Amino acid sequence: MLEPQILWPALLNGLTMGAIYALIALGLTLVYGVLHIINFAHGSLLMLGLYAVFFLFKFWKVDPYVALLALVPGMFALGYALQRLVIGRGSHGKDENILLVTLGLSIIIENLALHFFGSETRQIETAYSSAMVNIAGASLTVPRVAASAGALTCCAILWLIMARTDLGRAIRAIAKERQGARLVGIDVEHIFAMSFGIGLACLGAAACFLLPAFYVSPQVGHTFVLVAFTVVVLGGMGSFVGSLVGGFAVGVVESFGGLMLGESLGQIGVFVIFIAVLLFRPSGLFGHKV
Amino acid sequence: MTPSAVRSLLFIVAFLAAMALLPAFIRSEFWLTFLILALYTASLGQAWNVLGGFGGQYSFGHAMFFGVGAYAAAVLQVRFGINPWVTLGAAFVLGGATGAMVGALTFRYGLKGSYFALVTLAFAEVFRVLANTFEFTGAGVGMMIKLAPGAANFQFVAKTGFYFTILSIVAAGLMVAWWLKHSRFGAWLTAVRENEDAARALGVDVFRVKLGAITLSGAMMATGGVFYVQMFQYIDPPLAFGAGISVEALLVAIVGGMGSIFGPLIGAFTLALVNHTTTELIGRAPALSMALYGLLLIVMVTFLPNGLIGGLASLARRLGLRQRSGGDE
Repeated sequence: MLEPQILWPALLNGLTMGAIYALIALGLTLVYGVLHIINFAHGSLLMLGLYAVFFLFKFWKVDPYVALLALVPGMFALGYALQRLVIGRGSHGKDENILLVTLGLSIIIENLALHFFGSETRQIETAYSSAMVNIAGASLTVPRVAASAGALTCCAILWLIMARTDLGRAIRAIAKERQGARLVGIDVEHIFAMSFGIGLACLGAAACFLLPAFYVSPQVGHTFVLVAFTVVVLGGMGSFVGSLVGGFAVGVVESFGGLMLGESLGQIGVFVIFIAVLLFRPSGLFGHKV
Repeated sequence: MTPSAVRSLLFIVAFLAAMALLPAFIRSEFWLTFLILALYTASLGQAWNVLGGFGGQYSFGHAMFFGVGAYAAAVLQVRFGINPWVTLGAAFVLGGATGAMVGALTFRYGLKGSYFALVTLAFAEVFRVLANTFEFTGAGVGMMIKLAPGAANFQFVAKTGFYFTILSIVAAGLMVAWWLKHSRFGAWLTAVRENEDAARALGVDVFRVKLGAITLSGAMMATGGVFYVQMFQYIDPPLAFGAGISVEALLVAIVGGMGSIFGPLIGAFTLALVNHTTTELIGRAPALSMALYGLLLIVMVTFLPNGLIGGLASLARRLGLRQRSGGDE
């Protein structure tokens, strides 16, 4: 069982999936770091993005990677509007209320998708879907490699935005000291909505990279939401480096879990990590003490 | 007992008496089933209400207790041939034990708020994966209860049998809620909800109070699972441990009014009516009803955080009942 010709592809599989997880989790951790809220609808919004990519391809033959140009700004606008119009209003100063509001959102999105798109699993077939590349003896599909490269590029761009632009400075200022940021003239509500928008833009990008290598169904959001939370909690809520490391770690654990425990029981690894981290080290690997 | 405790007890008794007489006037099988399902949902909501409403600990994974109860009933009957009425007791104990275990772990390490909600969801998923894996629980195929009609087997030929069973479960839930409203333990629990640090400073053993609440809540939820299995004679991992049940339980409590005695009942009947109306208007579209529930959840949290009961109370206050409340409060 522990032969390298099995372990090496499993490791690579885990790492490529992990890069996507990291990108999905980045959006979640950004929103948490700035707004201190947990967006339970993150997975459902990713599902919405996946459907957008799917229908763009099906009806207008838009290549998933070209769809980035539509999905990233589109999801950004959706996020900005959601935060301003829906989520920001329901809190009454309690974080649990935001969790309930975003739970409501995820129920709405998932069931509307179920009603209008049906419950079947859909995939797209592109010219490069089943092309393979060989990495040191392990075969990987081209979309998988492209997905992890794209995800890492997005992470780098996001890091640049956070480190080098005024927007990034404003976001970091609010994350550190909300009242102080307001006092020096930062429009806090606007930056909240910008952060939420950027979080969803990450999802838009993730959807474009994910679909050629994956599939979409109304339930797919549910699959991703706990994985994304696990990544974020493992890395430390609000930590960017943590999301990257957490994403790779969860991807690899999932891959090896499936290999060693079988299809069904293998899913348990992610949940066990999630519970264990929350119980024994709630600040995660790279987070600050809460 | 204080006068207000006596008054609400009398109200509960009157309500239950009216509900007990109701089947005598209902000839249609459809409406009887409607009542049974609404009461069943109310019982789940009341279980969630004990921990979430009175204790302020929002669980997203109450399906784990429901599933433990459902599988306890199914496994004990199918594998060991134990009478389903006996499994009801076993499920109550196992549900409580699961609650105690999860509570001991999470509250010991101080998880609260959103983190508690997420960790309960993860626990429910762990149970789902386990039930999905082992042959003992029927794995992915699920478990079917053998058809054996008869009141002694908890498989009533007439629907009224199920009606009175679920009415008794709801009655027990109402008594628990009433007790929480008017007992010392309930006061501690409410204090923990309102301000944990202040409660601790006043000498409340926060950990034990929360542990008691989740144990009670888990035991109550598990009885709902047994009822489900006996009513539908089938259970599988997504039905038992999936998000649907968890959402249903928290939804009826929030819509009706968290931390109130009748909140879950009002929420359950409201949702049942919403479901019925949408079905009449646009045909059977369960997904659309669910989407409507989600919308209702957002509207409630945003505009009526105290639920329908809280909304009705403040409406009553606005409509001229105000002069009375001046001295009372």
